[in-house]
Amino acid sequence: MFDVNKIREQFPILKRKVNDKDLVYFDNGATTQKPQSVIDAVSNYYQEENANVHRGVHFLSGLATDKFEATRKTIQQFISAKHNHEIIFTKGTTDSINLVANGFRSLLKKGDEIIISELEHHSNIVPWQMCCEISGSTLKVIPLLDNGSLDMENFNNLLSENTKLVAVSHVSNTLGTINPIKEIIEKSHLIGAKVLIDGAQAASHICLNMQELDADFYCFSAHKMYGPTGVGVLYGKEEILNTLPPYQGGGEMIKEVSFEKTTYASLPYKFEAGTPNIGGVIAFKSSIDFIRELGVKNITKYEDGLLQYATSEILKIEGARLYGTSKNKSGIISFNIKGIHPYDIGTIVDKMGIAIRTGHHCTQPIMKRYNIPGTVRISLAVYNTKTEVDICIGAIKKAQEMLS
Amino acid sequence: MGTIKDIQAGIIEDFEMFDDWIQKYEYLIDLGKELAPIEEKYKTEDSLIKGCQSRVWLHAEKQDEKIIYTADSDAIMTKGIIAILINVLSNQKAAEIVSADLSFIDAIGLKEQLSATRANGLVSMIKKMKLYALALNNK
Ligand SMILES: Cc1ncc(COP(=O)(O)O)c(C=O)c1O
Repeated sequence: MFDVNKIREQFPILKRKVNDKDLVYFDNGATTQKPQSVIDAVSNYYQEENANVHRGVHFLSGLATDKFEATRKTIQQFISAKHNHEIIFTKGTTDSINLVANGFRSLLKKGDEIIISELEHHSNIVPWQMCCEISGSTLKVIPLLDNGSLDMENFNNLLSENTKLVAVSHVSNTLGTINPIKEIIEKSHLIGAKVLIDGAQAASHICLNMQELDADFYCFSAHKMYGPTGVGVLYGKEEILNTLPPYQGGGEMIKEVSFEKTTYASLPYKFEAGTPNIGGVIAFKSSIDFIRELGVKNITKYEDGLLQYATSEILKIEGARLYGTSKNKSGIISFNIKGIHPYDIGTIVDKMGIAIRTGHHCTQPIMKRYNIPGTVRISLAVYNTKTEVDICIGAIKKAQEMLS
Repeated sequence: MGTIKDIQAGIIEDFEMFDDWIQKYEYLIDLGKELAPIEEKYKTEDSLIKGCQSRVWLHAEKQDEKIIYTADSDAIMTKGIIAILINVLSNQKAAEIVSADLSFIDAIGLKEQLSATRANGLVSMIKKMKLYALALNNK
């Protein structure tokens, strides 16, 4: 049985007060809170296990290495990747996307095209702009429909033999839209283009199976999955990762170094230069274990229920307008209230202990699309409750009363 | 019109009457609503203040040796903050604006009342007001 109170007990921060009020945390799209098991794993690493990985012959180095590699194995299982070495540890989603964009730079030429979408996070826009600038290739953008879903007809027209790569997010961090990535991947593959999926907002909410999905790259961040900051994953198909040049040079990523010629290590180490965030990677396993114990399908179901409830409550607020009303949505709600700047709402509800996000959410093209300065965003996690939704709606109504 | 010091003392007195943050916020919101409008032609890219999450336009001109500020913002709380600053600094001599010690901000705990990004915005507003005064003084 899914007992949200039991889940909440595992998150010490949810017991704290903010501005003398019980914390209500609805900024999970930015980062989630951490369960005790993850916090313990980080501190236990520094207290009991600290050593560098893949280097020493001594006991601790072996222990740290085993635990580090155990996380890789856990993630492989979690996303049903074919091989362990298809899991590359990075600093986060942004770093994963940059790794791929950097690699593609040398594989693309003038006339080649990259397709992204209008709803991407800046992290899935800017690296491709940089990639295009250097390689001389062109960036194409799938536009949004009014309901915040992708204009798939337009996508079909954008695809051509010049398309070399399609990079879209699984779930929009601003609109909550779940994009039809399976269809995008199939169509892109038909013309020989590779596909990168930005899964930052999906990985702790939606069941993932890389072999079924057939994405060439899939990126996510541990800190949005109840795990530590500074750790992320790039999943890539073995044969495609092998065609990419290394991202950074340094220790760990080499086979042999001489001044005449250096040869690179095999996957995954070729892309893991330097000492990684060892404590973070080890603790990441605890957060995946936390998710797996609850079951991703159960999480999706619970969060969907909460999403529906919160959406209907927000729509009861006079003058409320939602952004992102596609049928297929994950637990992210963006809205504005007529005549009120989102920032004013955020500032006032913060005083009542409620953490929500206001602004452009690193998606300025979406703001431009709807011609708004920003939105108020509520983003859900598995520990949120209906009671918290009620408190939040009450606070927003109070803010509305003060502001009008 | 009083001196910068006198006006600050008046604001501190106002704030002493408030029991909680709600009253302080309502005061700022009211000030924001009352702020005299800026002429549309002054809402330019140049008059935008950087460092604010909401947009703030600030215009200054010199009249009879005194600096007159007008401003606007798309967020009402931000407008309230700029209104407080205008109450204190507008219609004063440039030299006095530039050297003004705005101790009322700490006295009323304005920064603590605001989110971190808004507190940054407050600092940017004061900086821009002083810079305008400095530039106009030499004209
Ligand atoms: C859709 C999406 N992509 C990318 C990112 C960037 O993630 P990170 O900052 O962890 O690299 C985020 C998070 O802000 C996101 O929501």
